[in-house]
Amino acid sequence: MEHSPPPFFNRGPAPVVRVTFFALLSVFLMVADARFRYTEPLRQVLMTAAYPLQRAVLAPFEAAGRIGDYFQSLSDLQKENAELRTEKLKAAQDLMTLEAVRAENTQLRGLLDARDRARADAVFAEIVYGSRDPFARRVVIDKGFTQGIELGRPVIDTTGVVGQVTRVTPLASEVTLITHKDHSIPVQVTRNGLRAIAYGTSDGAAMELRHLPINIDVQTDDELITSGIDGVYPQGLPVGKVVRVDRDATFAFARILVTPLAGTDRQRQVLVLRPTEEAPAYPAAEEPAAKKPSKGKKARRSDG
Amino acid sequence: MAIYAPGQRILLPVNPWFIAFTLVIALLFGVLPWRDVRGVPDLLAVVIVFWAIREPRKIGIGIPFVLGLLMDAANGVLLGQHALAYSVMAFMANTLSRRILWFGLPAQALHVLGILLVGQLLMFGVRMISGASFPGFAYFVGPFIGAALWPVLSFVMLAPQRRPESVDETRPI
Repeated sequence: MEHSPPPFFNRGPAPVVRVTFFALLSVFLMVADARFRYTEPLRQVLMTAAYPLQRAVLAPFEAAGRIGDYFQSLSDLQKENAELRTEKLKAAQDLMTLEAVRAENTQLRGLLDARDRARADAVFAEIVYGSRDPFARRVVIDKGFTQGIELGRPVIDTTGVVGQVTRVTPLASEVTLITHKDHSIPVQVTRNGLRAIAYGTSDGAAMELRHLPINIDVQTDDELITSGIDGVYPQGLPVGKVVRVDRDATFAFARILVTPLAGTDRQRQVLVLRPTEEAPAYPAAEEPAAKKPSKGKKARRSDG
Repeated sequence: MAIYAPGQRILLPVNPWFIAFTLVIALLFGVLPWRDVRGVPDLLAVVIVFWAIREPRKIGIGIPFVLGLLMDAANGVLLGQHALAYSVMAFMANTLSRRILWFGLPAQALHVLGILLVGQLLMFGVRMISGASFPGFAYFVGPFIGAALWPVLSFVMLAPQRRPESVDETRPI
């Protein structure tokens, strides 16, 4: 074994050495990715490179869908049109009163010295595909940071909150659904204003309200909306509906299951909200700069 | 070049471009959108194992590693997860290559099933350690389907090497 093989037979390092090297390299990459997020630039490059590939693969499916739409029968469209008309008519009534109510609300809030409720404007996006990761439910949308998508933006569809943008590449971004295991969203019960936090569950199909006492006033069919105290999700978006409440005295907390209202399986169009107003800074950081005006207002109010 | 089992046909040398072509097609299959990816076989893994068994000199461990990185990035999973699984699978296929080719197709498929399961278990273990939730047992169906595809895959992928070397234009039949 002292002699090295003649160059004719030289095949480089032994396979065991090679596989050890590559295995260690991938373990290193995984740790760097999961723990420290060092690999984000590399991932951005790879994802951007893979994007045209993915669109190319998707193109036949999209074309088939479009051809299907084209040949959709006239009667279907007419029916849908009629439905939409009645819906619009119903909505028009609400819309007319909404403007008046909103103006009134602003006035009242001004009187109460409360911050105006943020009116978010939104970016329209389409779900391109569900993430191919069997371990976590995410969806990929067709807008990236070139279209103004930023990390942490809330995503909604017509029925409720879908999730939050958790990864942005130039042309596409990844949305973590509210049912994801590591996702939590502050909610409020519409019936009584009770605040809680809805956590995703490990099966990724439902959410649960944790750490609520057994005698808490939550019933099945209670509707939950975002409470807006996290500064990420604007207030008042529908989140889900309570489907089951287990009050088992052997456990410290009630077990409350919630199904999300948004239908990521049914709908393709989503809105990525862009909060127009920044969330207020944390009180400690705010102190030196923002003390003065609020003091003045408070003083005025106590005078009057 | 493999040693041939009795009764096995002597094949033409493989065209490297054909290997690249099949790998790219399998990679494209890997980024196809599925409603539920559990149970979908990892075609790229099967193709990598195929070439690593057939051509251990051409498909070593480096190429599967790079392809794994691409799969990771394209699917938005933990970077290095597929890379690790593919390198280990390619290593196993390289080392077992002489042995596996001695068997008939069904027995080969059994060996491949073992290799694919090792890869799947590696990915499963890595994700469990990094804190993901259990994806359900359907996740382990993929390797079985992949192994079941083996005979078909072998037939199709070896077709270009089974052509006659020189076509005899004057032959009556």
